[in-house]
Amino acid sequence: MSAIILLWALTAAQAMLAIAMGFATFRMMKGPRAQDRVLGLDTLYVNSMLLLLVFGIRTGNVLYFEVALIIGMLGFVATVALAKFLMRGEVIE
Amino acid sequence: MISRIFPYPLLIASLVVMWMLLAGFTPGQLLVGIGVALVAAQGLAALQPAKPRLRRWDLLPKLVIIVLYDIVRSNIAVARIILEGSKRERKSGFLTIPLDLRDPTALAILAVILTSTPGTAWLDYNSARGTLLLHVFDLVDEAEWFDLIKNRYEHMLLEIFE
Amino acid sequence: MSHAADLPVWAAIVVAVFLLIGAGLALIGSFGFYRLRSFYDRIHAPTLGTSWGTAAIVMASMFCFTVLQSRPVIHEILIGIFVTITTPVTLMLLGRAALYRDRSEGSPEVPAMDPADGVLEEGVQVEE
Repeated sequence: MSAIILLWALTAAQAMLAIAMGFATFRMMKGPRAQDRVLGLDTLYVNSMLLLLVFGIRTGNVLYFEVALIIGMLGFVATVALAKFLMRGEVIE
Repeated sequence: MISRIFPYPLLIASLVVMWMLLAGFTPGQLLVGIGVALVAAQGLAALQPAKPRLRRWDLLPKLVIIVLYDIVRSNIAVARIILEGSKRERKSGFLTIPLDLRDPTALAILAVILTSTPGTAWLDYNSARGTLLLHVFDLVDEAEWFDLIKNRYEHMLLEIFE
Repeated sequence: MSHAADLPVWAAIVVAVFLLIGAGLALIGSFGFYRLRSFYDRIHAPTLGTSWGTAAIVMASMFCFTVLQSRPVIHEILIGIFVTITTPVTLMLLGRAALYRDRSEGSPEVPAMDPADGVLEEGVQVEE
């Protein structure tokens, strides 16, 4: 019983997060401006981090948690660097 | 002397806890974690950041609860607006608010509160004039947002920090 | 999915509800981000996924592993804290960058620079 409930919820959550990643990717390709693309990349990173956490629950493997943490950190650093670049035209002043 | 070895006790404690959460709760990891936290605290001390002065510790939990409740409320509000689509007339706009808050830590906390609440986005702060430029997602009543930020958040942060 | 059968039914329902809330909020946020018209509107939408979207999925994960391993597993809370601290930083930087770009192009949609900032336009550095 609990396996069926969990399986359905996990599949639904994974599908929703995958569609969310699709929306973020569409906006990233469409733009229209550079800040929209950067925000799209950030949203994509957050959604993929959540998807990895759901994978972790599905497989029962704790290793996914560490992957999610690293994805989150990479996304943060990338977005900050890109936002800085948009503001000044250079990353390190 | 003690403050030279332990410059930021709160930071050291949270780093040790974080280390043990990641590596496991064993005495060996506790030692390694303390070592890493001490080195990191020395690194932060070398940067000499401004030390925040907290006047009212007791108000912090109240602030956290209010903010969590507001985040839930605005999550629901923003989700409803997105799902309703263009059926409803919605006006979003910029709002300029003069702030009495000057303490950098308090301003940083206000920025975190406003940005993590869906519905308000912190855009610009003019430190010379002390004015804050916000973007509000659902700007039906300007006075209401004004009141929310001035009386609900700023008032409490002023009490905590100044 | 071998471990899922070990969960009691009530725990499975709690985990499922949290998962669906979190994924649903992330989906609504991304959908709004795709659909809304101006950048300043769009900057609000992803915060749905980063505030309670992340919190709900983190809670589902913590709850699931705590019940499965019969001991508190709370290291997922690090992801929650991390996301709470970093999202405002990225969104503020992006918002300021967008404002700066729109202002320097003289876009009529954004409020003009305050008079006190006027010296910035003449190339004199103003302390931020």
